[in-house]
Amino acid sequence: MSRPEAQDFSGPRVTELGMLSIGLVAAGVIYLAAYLPKRAPLLPAVILLAGAVAVLAVNVVLILRRPGFARWRFRQVAGWMLLVYLVVAGMLEFTFLRDHTHGAILVLLTFLLATFTLNVPVLAGYTVARFEPLETSEG
Amino acid sequence: MVAATAESQAPVASNAIVPLRGLWAVAAILAFTVVVIAGNWIWGLDFLHVVGGGMWTAVDLFMGFVIGPVMRGLSVPARIELTKRLMPKMLLIMPTLVTMTLGAGFQLARANGMLNTAYGRHGWVVASMVVVAVMAAVALALLQPANIAVLFELRKPQPNPAIVQLLMRRFIYAAGITGAMQIATLVIMTRLAT
Repeated sequence: MSRPEAQDFSGPRVTELGMLSIGLVAAGVIYLAAYLPKRAPLLPAVILLAGAVAVLAVNVVLILRRPGFARWRFRQVAGWMLLVYLVVAGMLEFTFLRDHTHGAILVLLTFLLATFTLNVPVLAGYTVARFEPLETSEG
Repeated sequence: MVAATAESQAPVASNAIVPLRGLWAVAAILAFTVVVIAGNWIWGLDFLHVVGGGMWTAVDLFMGFVIGPVMRGLSVPARIELTKRLMPKMLLIMPTLVTMTLGAGFQLARANGMLNTAYGRHGWVVASMVVVAVMAAVALALLQPANIAVLFELRKPQPNPAIVQLLMRRFIYAAGITGAMQIATLVIMTRLAT
């Protein structure tokens, strides 16, 4: 039985970057919520959103460029996780609408929510697929 | 869902990644949460937030400070057996508890005026959001993916013990971090309720 240290499971820092992206999304939501019921200046939230999207994009590129990556497994896991988190995101969006959130704040919250919703399947799909040998590929 | 088909050599309680029978309970809880939020039913919001939050905190503390140390003392085959039985259930329980607690909590805070900057303890409310954000980042980026990945590994005809150990170590450390953060949540929530 081999020890974990004996094998190399290294790869791009996808998990760390995913945490950063989720953290930026959370910071944006907290920033907007902290001003309620007043309207927060939007620029900081836009910057946080842009940062979160950029980090997510870098993560996707790192995953796609990784040699020998079991993309079929990534698609399988990320697809199902996306379905689950669309339900969660739908509930959160419903709460925003139920609370009469509108205008630019609603647009920003929706984009922050979308970035969060995409991050979770990417992280789960990557973590599963990185340990998947390519020769077991099912398509 | 991601149904299991691979045959396993070890005795397995269930080979499914997600226990499909439990989805009915999850659907019922989420439907109740939507109805309560839509109706702004204060008792319902209170119930979902207190029950969900209490269970979320207890499970995190139990996983981080009881199951974690117990697991470290087990042999690898025993760890694998425990993992096979525990992880599929955690995959349903935790997201459900988190969704009902946060959804109801946000609506409750709004209804009670706690989100308003004029609220005397608004700083504590924002602090609770920060704590939840840290826990969410750890749970969604480390804990949940490790949970799913270990289940996929265990479905293979010959699971790699090195991968299982690596993922379980990650899971237990992440659970410990969220468990510690839950202590901060308890302090904040009791400050708000006092």
